[in-house]
Amino acid sequence: MGKKWVMALTGIALIGFVLVHMVGNLHLYEGAWETHEYAETLRDLGTKVIPRTWVLWALRAGLAAAFALHLHSAYSLTRMSRAADRRYAGGRDYIAANYASRTMRWTGPLVGLFVVYHLADLTWGHFNPDYVRGDPYHNVVASLSNLPVAIWYIVANVALAVHIYHGAWSIFQSLGVSSPRWNPLRRRLAGTFAAAVLVGNLSFPILVQAGVIDDGGRSVVRERLEQADRTGEALAPPEGAP
Amino acid sequence: MSAGENGMLNVRLRVWRQDGPGDAGRFETYDVGGISPDASFLEMLDVLNERLTLEGREPITFESDCREGICGTCGLMINGRAHGPQKGTATCQLHMREFSDGDLITVEPWRAGSFEVIRDLAVDRTALDRIIAAGGYISVNTGAAPDANLVPVPKEAAECAFDAAACIGCGACVAACPNSAAQLFTAAKVQHLNLLPQGQPERWARTEAMVETMERFFGSCTNHGECEEACPKEISIDFIAWTNRDYVRAKLRNRKPTGRR
Amino acid sequence: MIGSLDPRLPEGPLEDAWTNHKFSLRLVSPNNKRRFSVIVVGTGLAGASAAASLGELGYRVKAFTYHDSPRRAHSIAAQGGINAAKNYRNDGDSVFRLFYDTIKGGDYRSREANVYRLAETSLAIIDQCVAAGVPFAREYGGLLDNRSFGGAQVSRTFYARGQTGQQLLLGAYSALMRQVAAGTVDLHTRAEMLDLVVAEGRAVGIVVRDLLSGEVTAHAGDAVILATGGYSNVYFLSTNAKMCNVTAAWRAHRRGALFANPCYTQIHPTCIPAGDDFQSKLTLMSESLRNDGRIWVPRAFDDARAPADIPEAERDYYLEEKYAAFGNLVPRDVASRNAKAVVDAGRGVGPLRNGVYLDFSDALARDGADVVRAKYGNLFDMYERITGEDPHRAPMRIYPAVHYTMGGLWVDYNLMSNVPGLFVAGEANFSDHGANRLGASALMQGLADGYFIAPYTVGDYLAGRLGEEGPRTDHPAFADTVSEVSDRTARWTAARGSRTVDWFHRELGRIVWDHCGMSRNAAGLRKALAEIPALRQEFHADVCVPGSAASLNQSLEKAGRVDDFFELAELLARDALEREESCGGHFREEHQDAEGEARRDDEHFTHVAAWEWAGPDDEPIRHREELTFSAVTPTTRSYK
Repeated sequence: MGKKWVMALTGIALIGFVLVHMVGNLHLYEGAWETHEYAETLRDLGTKVIPRTWVLWALRAGLAAAFALHLHSAYSLTRMSRAADRRYAGGRDYIAANYASRTMRWTGPLVGLFVVYHLADLTWGHFNPDYVRGDPYHNVVASLSNLPVAIWYIVANVALAVHIYHGAWSIFQSLGVSSPRWNPLRRRLAGTFAAAVLVGNLSFPILVQAGVIDDGGRSVVRERLEQADRTGEALAPPEGAP
Repeated sequence: MSAGENGMLNVRLRVWRQDGPGDAGRFETYDVGGISPDASFLEMLDVLNERLTLEGREPITFESDCREGICGTCGLMINGRAHGPQKGTATCQLHMREFSDGDLITVEPWRAGSFEVIRDLAVDRTALDRIIAAGGYISVNTGAAPDANLVPVPKEAAECAFDAAACIGCGACVAACPNSAAQLFTAAKVQHLNLLPQGQPERWARTEAMVETMERFFGSCTNHGECEEACPKEISIDFIAWTNRDYVRAKLRNRKPTGRR
Repeated sequence: MIGSLDPRLPEGPLEDAWTNHKFSLRLVSPNNKRRFSVIVVGTGLAGASAAASLGELGYRVKAFTYHDSPRRAHSIAAQGGINAAKNYRNDGDSVFRLFYDTIKGGDYRSREANVYRLAETSLAIIDQCVAAGVPFAREYGGLLDNRSFGGAQVSRTFYARGQTGQQLLLGAYSALMRQVAAGTVDLHTRAEMLDLVVAEGRAVGIVVRDLLSGEVTAHAGDAVILATGGYSNVYFLSTNAKMCNVTAAWRAHRRGALFANPCYTQIHPTCIPAGDDFQSKLTLMSESLRNDGRIWVPRAFDDARAPADIPEAERDYYLEEKYAAFGNLVPRDVASRNAKAVVDAGRGVGPLRNGVYLDFSDALARDGADVVRAKYGNLFDMYERITGEDPHRAPMRIYPAVHYTMGGLWVDYNLMSNVPGLFVAGEANFSDHGANRLGASALMQGLADGYFIAPYTVGDYLAGRLGEEGPRTDHPAFADTVSEVSDRTARWTAARGSRTVDWFHRELGRIVWDHCGMSRNAAGLRKALAEIPALRQEFHADVCVPGSAASLNQSLEKAGRVDDFFELAELLARDALEREESCGGHFREEHQDAEGEARRDDEHFTHVAAWEWAGPDDEPIRHREELTFSAVTPTTRSYK
């Protein structure tokens, strides 16, 4: 039972991250330079008090821990059910259990794999020959303009939304946030949340594929930074930037 | 329902037969004819068993007692659903009018790791009693009770406690749970007592002990909600949520007096 | 063989009798209690509460049930409520009034002292149950709600929706499980008692069969308490659970315990009529339904119209017309007999013409559907589930069914049978309800016996055994009894006849219902006494019991139980024949007045008939325990 609380609390941290990540990514609509600045802001968090990037690293560490704990409780809960469960030889019907709740053990690992890929691709730059450090806009376009990669993103994000649809409702139940008066809202809230994350996240690969988000293979940020290095000018958004 | 000739039903049953706990078990098929739609499902099995006995075969072992949906002895997986297709109905209260002439009906025992099959459709549910023994009571010795009206219980609290106390201990929640968890049973028992003023002194110890005993025998809840659908008394999974909350509060509360560390 | 039939009633005025008696009972000191072991058979209200209470006191208790869990006992199915003379309603109730109502309701065929004690104890039962967490109905102020029930003119019935028995049993069961966890009660489930062990004239243990492995084992105890319920299933169709049986009590009877008043059986007026020939049991609906439902049949014979098409003037509200004061709330036996009369006269309703209407249309119009649903919602749902008809739209159909048996093993005031060391509690004994039990009194009696009487009186018996060596299973009586039980079991498993156990049970039930049912006459009873042994012989010769004795074998279990029902049925008919009067649930057609009301014969039958087993081929011996009345004067019951 403690495991369910760990699952729920780390779940809150993780869906919180998913939401912030999705909202942050909306900077892609503004342009390469704005996206770059947003990324820098994250690194600047807390600089008045402690050294630069420490807050970000602390958040990353927290997320990694939440992720690990989330996995661990999933693993132990699965083991418990496997030990206790017996199959029905004649098959069985599901009435309340929906697709989302029954596939948590598939959507979870899928999302997990995706996270690793996603980090390797866009944070560490492994799969991207044209990876430019500090230009997320460029990197995103470079990756997602590749159709198989875009499809992989879409599949993984659908899985994420399905996972969240059951997970977000489950958080209420596991933490005991239950009152007959408000309970019907819990499902709706979970649905709305999952849908919002889904629409936001899917918009990126789709818009890149549609050519709406595009930098023509140039890294605007790199050019701007190099130019600034050469001239020592104060940085200003380049004109005609997409 | 649609009936056959002269309003009677003919059905084909696929029934799980197993000679004992060690036996592998298999399905056997029986045709049962001339059943009144007003007969109960178990009466239909009675008719089949009479026939099997006279044919020199062993009748199907299934458990039932009160046959009015309150003792919790009966319980079959009928067409993949715990207690069959009718919501809020125990197997013994299921009537043949819920089926149609010519139906194929699959009947299986409850299945869960700690519900060992004893024979055919009968399973061992003693693990549920172990959960009660762990704390499903109020410790009041006979004779020690104060006047019944000394402690008023708000009507809403009494009603809510009753909703939980209505559990008949049949094990359908376990049978229907994809994790084979006895979460609804345990939560109903815990909340029946936790919701009443009389249950407060032992609230935290009870919650902790019963939940942990449950997890020793059964799987763990992942909020599918199948139990609520299967429950013949339609007990709400809200009780599970409240038990989850009580469990953590129990864990956080320091129940030991500070004087004795 | 049997000495005097001494009920060991307390001396002095009724009001102080139990208090004084308790003081006179011998005590066992705490350190001596653990030396004694007590066997409790049955874990219904009486058994579970007795086992838990004795465990709390420190005795070593062994509890036995043939169910997979103690919580399944049929006490769980009681719907209506439990009486207690709390007078929370300020409507004039008192211990004396509950006593008076109960003894009058029992048609003056019960012991004053027992009934008074029952009424007195009722107060503590409610306290105990509330403290144990039984969620009784409450009023908005948070205090306990009461209703009037089964013909009582005061509101003294405590209830938990329509599931009072369930909640009370779960309370007793939780107390029992607490003792199991504490190690004072050793619980044996799926263990059926098949015989009593008697050595040197005392009950010293029991023989049980493990229903899973088939193993037959002996268990020794310094005292044995039987709390094994009633024998309504002798009728095959009754409101009892399928497994309810008389075997434990009957085996004790064959070992010397007297069986008292077997002919006192209660027919419950509000059951759902049988729907077809495969009917396996009848379902009772709480008679609280009679508080708001109106009972009627068409005035015309064999009226096939739908109830809604029958105009008011052509309806016969026979109870309201005949009994102005009580109307639809007359006691159970009166309501039942009147239903039988109209159905026998050909005015029954339903496809099989085997019921009467219980109509809620007036209540629905007067109070609205919400109010009616709040009171009876679960009963309406249950009715609809069983019959497929909605009581909001069409009246319910009801008919009486056997429901409770007042007769049982004879016990003295201490609940001890004439076999020293053998105690009998709850429905299994005969003690408190006389010839007819009032509604909401069965739960009261089961808990009174288990929580508050047996723990004292068993202690008194055990105190007398201090210094004696306790019984041990190596005494030859144990081995003998075990081998008798094993032989009997082996005989059944060799039976490969041409009829099933259930077929015989159904046939037996038909005989008993036809001749020893709601109304009885000498000719019918003689016929039954001829038919029962004949059918029994056929049963022995032609029954088929498939399977082996070494595993779970439900046919085998049933065979033994039905065999005992045969012997009991004979005794029931004999007792009914000998009791030449009509009283309570026992209605002899020869003994009625011009209006068809029961006529008691106080001069000749103000006594308990306690039967002694004389052997399989000999007529049993009828003993009498005279009943005397000091606080009340027997009057003719009149509900007009």
